[in-house]
Amino acid sequence: MSTALIIEQTLNGLQFGVMLFLMAAGLTLIFGVMGLINLAHGSLYMVGAFACAVAAAATGSFWIGLAASLAAAAAAGALIEVTVIRKLYERDHLDQVLATFALILVFSEGTRWIFGSFPLYLNIPQLLGGVVTLPGGLPYPAYRLAIILVGLAVAVGLYLLISKTRLGMRIRAGESDREMIGALGVDIRTLYTVVFALGAALAGLAGALVGPLQSVQVGMGEPVLILAFVVIVIGGIGSIKGAFIGAILVGVIDTLGRFLLPLALGVFLDPSQAAGVGAALASMLIYVFMALVLAFRPTGLFAAGD
Amino acid sequence: MRQHLRRETLVNAGLAVLLLAAPAIAAMAGEPFYVTLATRMAILALAAVGLNFVLGLGGLVSFGHAAFFGIGGYAAGILATHAFNQEPFPFGLSGTNQMLVIWLAALIASGIVALLIGLVSLRTSGVYFIMITLAFAQMIYYFAISWPAYGGEDGLSIYVRNAFPGVNTLDPLSFFLICYVLLMIVLAFFATLRNSRFGAALQAARQNPVRLASVGVEPFRIRLVAFVISGMITGLAGALFADLNRFVSPSMLSWHMSGELIVLIILGGTGRLFGPVAGAILYILFEYFLGGITERWQLFLGLILLAVVLFARGGLIGLLAGKVRHD
Repeated sequence: MSTALIIEQTLNGLQFGVMLFLMAAGLTLIFGVMGLINLAHGSLYMVGAFACAVAAAATGSFWIGLAASLAAAAAAGALIEVTVIRKLYERDHLDQVLATFALILVFSEGTRWIFGSFPLYLNIPQLLGGVVTLPGGLPYPAYRLAIILVGLAVAVGLYLLISKTRLGMRIRAGESDREMIGALGVDIRTLYTVVFALGAALAGLAGALVGPLQSVQVGMGEPVLILAFVVIVIGGIGSIKGAFIGAILVGVIDTLGRFLLPLALGVFLDPSQAAGVGAALASMLIYVFMALVLAFRPTGLFAAGD
Repeated sequence: MRQHLRRETLVNAGLAVLLLAAPAIAAMAGEPFYVTLATRMAILALAAVGLNFVLGLGGLVSFGHAAFFGIGGYAAGILATHAFNQEPFPFGLSGTNQMLVIWLAALIASGIVALLIGLVSLRTSGVYFIMITLAFAQMIYYFAISWPAYGGEDGLSIYVRNAFPGVNTLDPLSFFLICYVLLMIVLAFFATLRNSRFGAALQAARQNPVRLASVGVEPFRIRLVAFVISGMITGLAGALFADLNRFVSPSMLSWHMSGELIVLIILGGTGRLFGPVAGAILYILFEYFLGGITERWQLFLGLILLAVVLFARGGLIGLLAGKVRHD
């Protein structure tokens, strides 16, 4: 086991982490501003991936696919916000869970109806198909590095959007007092639709970026959605900063756990057994981490309400 | 008020008779498929009654009850496999094909897991609780998938349905009756508990935890006990479900299962004694009839569910027996 391998795995963990951040940022933003728990966020991720795959296949350009994924996910988000989600803001969490669970069924079966059960494939764009040599002589896939950079750029962009722009000011105001900002003449309904579409676009972007690394298929959003929940629970629901730190922690812990645990167990178990036990334990690692965080901080690391 | 209660009692009795009579008639007509359908209804209803303890009475939206359902199922599968292969467990324990022992194991195993999950997740509330229960269930799901000893992703077959003293469990109607009687016992237990001091405290913990604490009852403990009971009942249902299908797989642990259990309660009517029963009957009928018409039945289930949540709160029992009393 070499240092190079550990660095590579850590970078993979970072890549996974920023991808989780794109998902978690939308979820936590929507919860923070509208108080809504949205299970269908994973479906918007799937919509983004499918839109990218279809548009890229039709035009031959991944970049057009990427633009299509943002547009399609934002449009799908705005559509469900106006037709369904809007009616749920005043309801309790149980109704929100059920209605968005129902939306997952509709999205998943609908997508399967249109595209069939076979996965679609997306190629890595030619520009990023190669390998980058990192300082120290370590080769690393350019595409994964690009995902990390996009994720970091989105994090900075979101920070600037929320802390520096007029829209961000309204979003923050909506978080703290929705009646007051309504009374001040801000159109809350439109604001909510915009926030929801923004979150949806981030999820769609995540789906499109991951598309070339995995296959694009129905149900791809669900594992990611649940990890994004773990992320925002760890980070503190409603906090974008918490989502970022939580996502990076979860991404790195999960990836390194899967890599290191079987090796560590290999010291005192035979290799095949160590691989099985290690994999099983590694799959539980982030949940144990979540439980530990909650044991000390029941509202997460950076709870918005505190 | 009185009349209202009587109407709900009538609806409940009607459902109980319907669920018993339909498979009996089907068995006499030589249609074992419909008996199996009714057995699924009874088992899913039992699992949802378990969830109803925390969701209906305690107002705690657990999105992780598939964990207990699956653990009950795996308890049955693992014990039966060891008995079939005559492999002993460590500590001199052996497998078994006796349902009574399996049920006990399922109750204990799911109870212990519910205690552990409850200890962490009940420290939180609201959305945190929903997401944490979901995450823990998912943890067990991934564990089951990646742990190779008991089938991993492929699941575990139970070659012969487990035995119950004096009953031929291979006969569909006999197995249905076992499930039905268990369901009725648990419903009676639910009704008794709801009207007990404990039930009052649990409902008070939902309505106003601060006030409950100020009269000297700690909401956390009440909720934890309810969560453990709830997990145990859902675990028992899981053991029955494994025996019904003679198969256990990680899909019993998946979050779709947790979602389905919540859906059952909502379709039937939240907080109602027979809500889960009505919900399970409706759900299986939807699945059967819609599934017969189109492969895409889940799409329509989703649309129906949306309509129920948005426009028809109160579920089937609310529709038949009127609005729920104030609480």
